Amino acid sequence: MDTQRRKFLKMAGVAALAGISAPAVVSLTPGVTRAAAGHGAAAPAAEQAAQGIRLGLLVDMRKLYGQPELMNKAINACHRVHNVPQIDNPKEEIKWLWKMPYENVFPENSSYHAAKNTRESDYLVLCNHCDEPPCVRVCPTKATFVLEKNGIVAMDYHRCIGCRFCMMGCPYGARSFNWMDPRPYIKEFNPEFASRMRGVVEKCNFCSERLALGLEPACVEAVKEVGAIVFGDLNDPHSEIRQILDREHTIQRKPSLGTKPSVFYIV
Amino acid sequence: MIEKALQGNSRYWMWLAFLSAFIGVGAICYIRQYLFGMGLTGMGRDLAWGLYISQFTFLVGVAAGGLMLVLPFYVHDYKVFGRITILGEFLAISAIIMCLMFIMADIGQPLRGLNMILHPTPNSMLFWDMVVLLGYLGLNVICAWVILTAERKQVKPPKWVYLFVYISIPFAVSIHTVTAMLYCGLPDRHFWLTAITAPRFLASAFAAGPALIVIACLVMKRVAHFDAGREAINKLITIIMYAAIINAFFVALEFFVGFYSNIPGHKHSLEYLFFGLEHNGHVYNNLVPFMWSSALLCFGALALFAYMKITKSGTDLMIGIGCAMIFIALWLDKGLGFVMGGLAITPLDEVVEYYPTANEIGITLGIWATGLLLVSVLYKIAVGVEHEVEA
Repeated sequence: MDTQRRKFLKMAGVAALAGISAPAVVSLTPGVTRAAAGHGAAAPAAEQAAQGIRLGLLVDMRKLYGQPELMNKAINACHRVHNVPQIDNPKEEIKWLWKMPYENVFPENSSYHAAKNTRESDYLVLCNHCDEPPCVRVCPTKATFVLEKNGIVAMDYHRCIGCRFCMMGCPYGARSFNWMDPRPYIKEFNPEFASRMRGVVEKCNFCSERLALGLEPACVEAVKEVGAIVFGDLNDPHSEIRQILDREHTIQRKPSLGTKPSVFYIV
Repeated sequence: MIEKALQGNSRYWMWLAFLSAFIGVGAICYIRQYLFGMGLTGMGRDLAWGLYISQFTFLVGVAAGGLMLVLPFYVHDYKVFGRITILGEFLAISAIIMCLMFIMADIGQPLRGLNMILHPTPNSMLFWDMVVLLGYLGLNVICAWVILTAERKQVKPPKWVYLFVYISIPFAVSIHTVTAMLYCGLPDRHFWLTAITAPRFLASAFAAGPALIVIACLVMKRVAHFDAGREAINKLITIIMYAAIINAFFVALEFFVGFYSNIPGHKHSLEYLFFGLEHNGHVYNNLVPFMWSSALLCFGALALFAYMKITKSGTDLMIGIGCAMIFIALWLDKGLGFVMGGLAITPLDEVVEYYPTANEIGITLGIWATGLLLVSVLYKIAVGVEHEVEA
């Protein structure tokens, strides 16, 4: 990892921690005015002036096609560092990062005769850390909120009352609920990160706790060998992720809903 | 006045004991859920709301339905409803308490419930729902108690209480509107994301609430010598008919929009509810019999009522059966189909079916029994006061 990158990640991480310790103030109306995305119209990528840090993630599927073991590596790394329990029953399972077929991940983009890769490969799915997150809008206790310093949609597991309204609001199915005590299902406990109790919702946190230590997100690190996942500041024109976004055609999940996801895909 | 609830014949006490048995079972089921977690329910990651929230939604409607008695009596001075308006208010109190119990049964960390008040969040519709429900509960407690006390003393109610009565009218509309807004403002939940959700909720509420009151009146006529009066019952039947027809009309509009536009997202839930939805070679149709029962019961009751209106005939039994049909039809429609239909198709384009567990059904029946017990006790008080005044 080059020094500039390390510096940025540290900065973002400190910002993340500052956001956690400060009282949660949710900004629902960012100061920037923007043209409202029309119903059904894809939200344009260049939608707002760069303001502060907005962390984003890019999945370059070209480097993952035909390599499900790489995706599993990223998933396992994520679930291991965050003490995500391994519950095999789909009714009660907890997922922060997982993989699914194209038609499930991009139901609005399905095509009649899809390409071989599109048909046969799975795609990585995680919280989109939306710029306009519906989950934050519906939460009745501010237990989920946007960290203003870096745009991460964070959770306070100690405030969540478990009403699951955020799971109704999330159009990406990114949130999981602890239907029972998760601790017996944690295979190897990582003392660096808190485990959750039953009755609360959880999801991907863009590795806030690792950013604070100057580390990259666990999934990014896990597939570093092929560089399939790129993480950085979407508002910094010099960041690696931004340069790829400027160069390549990328897609987002369900852009017509106006949530402005911070996760991008090259397919 | 509470002492009136403690003086009853053996049938009254047997009824309360019958309900208490369900409450006891419900309490045991709840303790099990409290100790283990929500995993004892049939809900899951992809279908995270179930019977509790759907009962809550339906009962908010029952509470709002009391408006159909309060509004004609207090605003239009429709004196025929004079004897039964209190029944609407007491039903609203009981229904809202059931709603609050269903919410507490549904949340994963019930001990943190006060976070709703400690961290008020005006952008959440759940926060506003709590505000209007508690407000409506308070208004009904004040109005019902003050007016019943005045009646017992055979004096006019104090003028100030009418202020609360008039405030309670928009509140009744607001509780069901805000409850609809829990659903109709969520992106990508196609079945719920429609502006007709709130009007449809209100229409079905204004049929289901009065239907329950008519049934209660007929029961009390037999067991407690309380006669609401033929004219009042007939007027309520008219209100129920119009509200049920409007609700059916709104459902029909949903069908038109879904099937004429041919947009899959708008059709899927209706297909799942009424015809069975085929997805990846599997047909999902576990609610189809319930939804067709709902439609048949609704139109059957409307036909029965229309026959009674046209021939100017009809016995209490026919009225009771008609009202029960309407009530069950709307319960199937809103207390089952609306929530499950919206959730069956997940954001990741999978289809999941919901089957409540025995434990979950036990808690649900326990809360219903608590509400029925509460309504029985409150109606006993109301009827006791009426008898005392007449004596």
